[in-house]
Amino acid sequence: MNMELSRRQFLGAAGAGVAATALGAFGFGEIEAAHAEAIRAFKLVNTTETRNTCPYCSVACGVILYSRGDLKKGEQAEIMHIEGDTDHPTNRGTLCPKGAALLDFVKSDTRLRYPMIRKPGSDKFERVGWDEALDRVVRLMKDDRDANFVEKNDAGQTVNRWLTTGFLAASATTNETAWETYKVVRSTGMLAFDNQARV
Amino acid sequence: MTNSWTDIKNTDLVIIMGGNAAEAHPCGFKWVTEAKANRGARLIVVDPRFTRSASVADVYAPIRQGTDIAFLLGVINHCINNDKVQWDYVKAFTNASFIVRDGFGYKDGLFTGYDEAKRDYDKTSWDYVIAPDAFAAVDETLTNPRCVWNLLKEHVSVYTPEMVERICGTPKDTFLKVTEMIAECSSPTKVMTSMYALGWTQHSKGSQNIRAMAMLQLILGNIGMRGGGMNALRGHSNIQGLTDVGLMSNLIPGYLTIPKDQEVDLETYMSTRGFKPLRPNQTSYWQNYRKFFVSFQKAMWGSAATPENDFAYDWLPKLDVSGYDVLRIFELMHEGKVNGYMCQGFNPLLAAPNRKKLTDALSKLKFLVTMDPLDTETARFWENHGEFNDVDPSQIQTEVIQLPSTCFAEDEGSLTNSGRWLQWHWAGGTPPGEAKNDNWIMAQIHVRLKELYRKEGGAFPDPIVNLDWAYADAGAPTAEELAKEVNGKALATVYDAADPTKVVAEAGKLLPSFAALRDDGSTTSGCWIYSGCFNENGNNMARRDTTDPDETGAYPKWAFSWPLNRRILYNRASADLNGKPWDPDRKLIEWDGTKWTGYDVPDIAPTAKPGEVGPFIMNPEGVSRLFTRGMMRDGPFPAHYEPFESPLSNLVAPNVRGNPAARVFEGDFKQFAEPASEEFPYAATSYRLTEHFHYWTKHCRTNAVLQPEFFVEISEQLASEKGIAAGGWVRVWSKRGEVRAKAVVTKRIKPLICDGKPVHVVGIPLHWGFTGVAKKGFGPNSLTPYVGDANIETPEYKAFLVNIEPVAGPAA
Amino acid sequence: MFPPVPNPTTGPQTSKFGEKDLIRRSASTITPPAERQTEVAKLIDVSKCIGCKACQAACIEWNDTHPELESNTGIYENPHDLTPDMFTLMRFTEWENPETNNLEWLIRKDGCMHCEDPGCLKACPAPGAIVQYSNGIVDFVHENCIGCGYCIKGCPFNIPRISKVDHTAYKCTLCSDRIAVGQGPACAKACPTQAIVYGTKDEMKKHAEGRIADLKSRGFEKAGLYDPPGVGGTHVMYVLHHADQPEIYAGLPNNPRISPVVEAWKGVTKYAGLAVMGVAAVTGFLHYMVNGPNRVSEEDEEAAERLTGDRSS
Repeated sequence: MNMELSRRQFLGAAGAGVAATALGAFGFGEIEAAHAEAIRAFKLVNTTETRNTCPYCSVACGVILYSRGDLKKGEQAEIMHIEGDTDHPTNRGTLCPKGAALLDFVKSDTRLRYPMIRKPGSDKFERVGWDEALDRVVRLMKDDRDANFVEKNDAGQTVNRWLTTGFLAASATTNETAWETYKVVRSTGMLAFDNQARV
Repeated sequence: MTNSWTDIKNTDLVIIMGGNAAEAHPCGFKWVTEAKANRGARLIVVDPRFTRSASVADVYAPIRQGTDIAFLLGVINHCINNDKVQWDYVKAFTNASFIVRDGFGYKDGLFTGYDEAKRDYDKTSWDYVIAPDAFAAVDETLTNPRCVWNLLKEHVSVYTPEMVERICGTPKDTFLKVTEMIAECSSPTKVMTSMYALGWTQHSKGSQNIRAMAMLQLILGNIGMRGGGMNALRGHSNIQGLTDVGLMSNLIPGYLTIPKDQEVDLETYMSTRGFKPLRPNQTSYWQNYRKFFVSFQKAMWGSAATPENDFAYDWLPKLDVSGYDVLRIFELMHEGKVNGYMCQGFNPLLAAPNRKKLTDALSKLKFLVTMDPLDTETARFWENHGEFNDVDPSQIQTEVIQLPSTCFAEDEGSLTNSGRWLQWHWAGGTPPGEAKNDNWIMAQIHVRLKELYRKEGGAFPDPIVNLDWAYADAGAPTAEELAKEVNGKALATVYDAADPTKVVAEAGKLLPSFAALRDDGSTTSGCWIYSGCFNENGNNMARRDTTDPDETGAYPKWAFSWPLNRRILYNRASADLNGKPWDPDRKLIEWDGTKWTGYDVPDIAPTAKPGEVGPFIMNPEGVSRLFTRGMMRDGPFPAHYEPFESPLSNLVAPNVRGNPAARVFEGDFKQFAEPASEEFPYAATSYRLTEHFHYWTKHCRTNAVLQPEFFVEISEQLASEKGIAAGGWVRVWSKRGEVRAKAVVTKRIKPLICDGKPVHVVGIPLHWGFTGVAKKGFGPNSLTPYVGDANIETPEYKAFLVNIEPVAGPAA
Repeated sequence: MFPPVPNPTTGPQTSKFGEKDLIRRSASTITPPAERQTEVAKLIDVSKCIGCKACQAACIEWNDTHPELESNTGIYENPHDLTPDMFTLMRFTEWENPETNNLEWLIRKDGCMHCEDPGCLKACPAPGAIVQYSNGIVDFVHENCIGCGYCIKGCPFNIPRISKVDHTAYKCTLCSDRIAVGQGPACAKACPTQAIVYGTKDEMKKHAEGRIADLKSRGFEKAGLYDPPGVGGTHVMYVLHHADQPEIYAGLPNNPRISPVVEAWKGVTKYAGLAVMGVAAVTGFLHYMVNGPNRVSEEDEEAAERLTGDRSS
């Protein structure tokens, strides 16, 4: 709060306000200047930049992530701003309303933080550790695969398929994840394998 | 995309039909704006709604959803009748001159060989006459009545401007204006680009919508040209990549296919692949199929894949049906035949059709595993959210395991955009809580499953326990390790096939490209079309050099474009039979007398003589196909079929309902409204809005602010007929379910006059659900029919029938 | 392509303009700098705008504002109006062109015009609450703002909004913090189609000429630049396809000008200050002048109270 007062003080203390006006009129503006810096400090100073691409549509605009802390130095990195990358040939720094608000995705309240299990008939998710969650997943998979794997069809042809469990792959995972997922899923003999390109 | 986003600046005419680029791909649409501003290009938008793309168009043409083929065949008919054809291109680069078998025909909406009981065709007659020399017979004069050109001419003749108006509701003068603008692009120096997306794919004849435009682009000579092409805008950031890497029921990475039951060994499998040329001198690149396949098997199973065991051919599962796509699997789940389901970054409860059926199906599972960075409706399908998810958790016995994954900002790797650019990105933030990246999660599943099989044994463990898994940390492969595996490496030194003294790749090194692949087990490559992405030059996907010689828009040193860093597919077709560019101002590559040179990597062997080798090297014909033989389930030409739910009967084939070759499950047919139904009189369509991305951004506060609440859009006329107020509540229902929404009443939707009757369009955007920060709402999939495209089973989301009425809002 | 806004640098930087560059300061007399900085401007080409609201999203993110989540009321404007947390807003008008019978969806990005002759600043009774820099940016200084709302009345474009949280007025700053370090505004950087471009005012006028020629070639005979002389020109300008009818773009004023009574206020403030006049009297007098002698009513007084959020004391 500076000498030029809040609205409430302004209405309540006429004299002070008039004095301020008078100061301005007499050319004492410089005195207040030090207290009234209108221009906000540039918020990206001393942040770390990381090149990324927008995860939404397939234009794949270049974006820059600005963080406090640097992952490459082994630090915790908190992303505090995201904007378009002008060096990118396609988007030239521009972003659509989704891309321009990417920070809200990274920081969403509904980001998932912990593995959860919902038991049959339950009305809630319960937090579990990764080991418990993953061991449960592979146990369910193996029991179903062992019970329902088909080595040969009725004609006696080798078919080696598992049809009672399916896998629906993503639309925004990396090609590297896609390849790894392909290996893991196909090696089990799953055929009910699809991705978002279908719809 | 045949071309790239940045190439669109080179066009003279943009047609956005079957998409809404300004809203769904705003930063790609930038290049339309550039073409308009700098080249004076014109923009045509054809859509049932006056979209934000239409708001900046030179011409907007309304069309009834699901009638694009009639419109496009109408344009082709006009071009043929008015000599608006790039003849040199059509004669040299398409199969216009190929002679078709005598048995082939088309009558009353059906091609020859239809089996009504199977809803399928015997496609034997859909083929060329094969001459005694084993090549296809042609008539270069195009006088033979059985040549493709003359059959096409006959096939499209019914689609007159008057018929187009009756079917599509596009006023004849608007249709003719659009047609004349398009027809101008038959000049070798004028080029049109087609930008389309799910507005064409989400139909029971989606593939044929796209074919119809591709045929038009060939007739105009616009394929392979700068500023031309067929440009699928694609919906999600790595839909292109997920498809390229083959994460589909019937695919192996790089568009190889999973074997069928009867293909009992590698030789049988190969006997129907690796096509021989159908014309002299042609490339027929699939002749290399075996190299790609064997290298894939080696990438999967390493040293366990040997010539003796057919490179572990038996370890691949075999298909007994065309594919277990998402519709078939939910049908089986609904029948109680599926026990487990795993969803990785996919929210089928909102993304697949007929929500009620999906909820019932998921409730029959024993277990469901989800992996996402954000909460999803699918993971909470068992949770009661009042009218938005009206279920009783105590009655649902499905065990649900929800695994938190990282998001883009916390992960590294490559995504493939719609222009086929593989672009690397880097992690910039620490994940929240205990979220883990997908590579870690999938590796943990594999490693733990393998451990169980090692310990316990079980059903056929071989493909699991022998999966090649040579990562530094078996529990956490890095993106770079995986990328190198995708690129492929030499297991033994690879020599040049033409010159055995020349080494192509030393043993143990990364392969320069797929040209180095071998079929003897000496090479590996996870996905042959990506080979070259990460070779001994380094990670080419991470390249950031913005050099662009002569500003063609190619950016050849930016990232990596598959295949072989080629930026425009079929670029050989940008030059004439002598190898000279059709348009000197649009040069891409040209023949210098001994080889092809230019701005792009030639889409042909570098020394293939222009007069001899055709530009469509993947086709055994060497040319493109106006007539597609037996490649499509529903016909070698596109034909107009109404949507399965339509306000009109089929005017050109009154006895045909929907696409006659589309698969329909028994229970679903009963859930379709009758054609011209009185109970469901309005033509609905679903779509995205620019403020949101799918079901993700309802979790983002800013996007929720920009478009907070579910609504439907209707015309002023329908609002007045039904007494619906702008901003008031409405109930919209179909034969499968209902939603409650706010009403946006707009001049941007107008009744269409089809066959003399008004058709009212109801627009239903798709961004709301019961998780996230935006207001709770419904998705259109509470209403949509359970039927897909005949060829690829993409659901018919763009055209279905509903009814609408004003209702009171929820109790405050 | 117009040169895009460059990527920010993250190193420490010195501001390219500041207090020394003020040419106007509300309710104050200052000595303007001897040399004026090059005037900057934002050009909004309505004919290129696709109404995507990227400008709104970028504005929210850059300025760290938190607009309220509203409901759908049958329109595309969200939020439904400018707010203290939403400095820019796409306004949508469905207009049937009577000459062509074509529907035109006119989409205009609304927000502060950064007038050369700023009515808000002239109406402002709080010393230093509104400042104008020699590059043309009109900025609000919240510490000095008293939340009286006269800036709204002084603004011919109805732009500023008073926050219910801190009771001060908010509007677009033209991203003065970005421009100070050689950047462009966040909205201009984000705009997918370059419907928003930023540069010197002369560059913007020249760029507009090319756009107007293109529009004329597409049959928009009356395409033109909106740089209204009534407020001395603006540092946010529009290219309009129908420049003869700005009012069809969601009520863009045809000939905006500062109310003569606000113009008079500049003299009054000096007079008032020098005469050590009671401030309560000053504001009362101003209120009288802005609303005009014939229009002051009890409702007006109440409205003013509501506007300023003052129900206590």
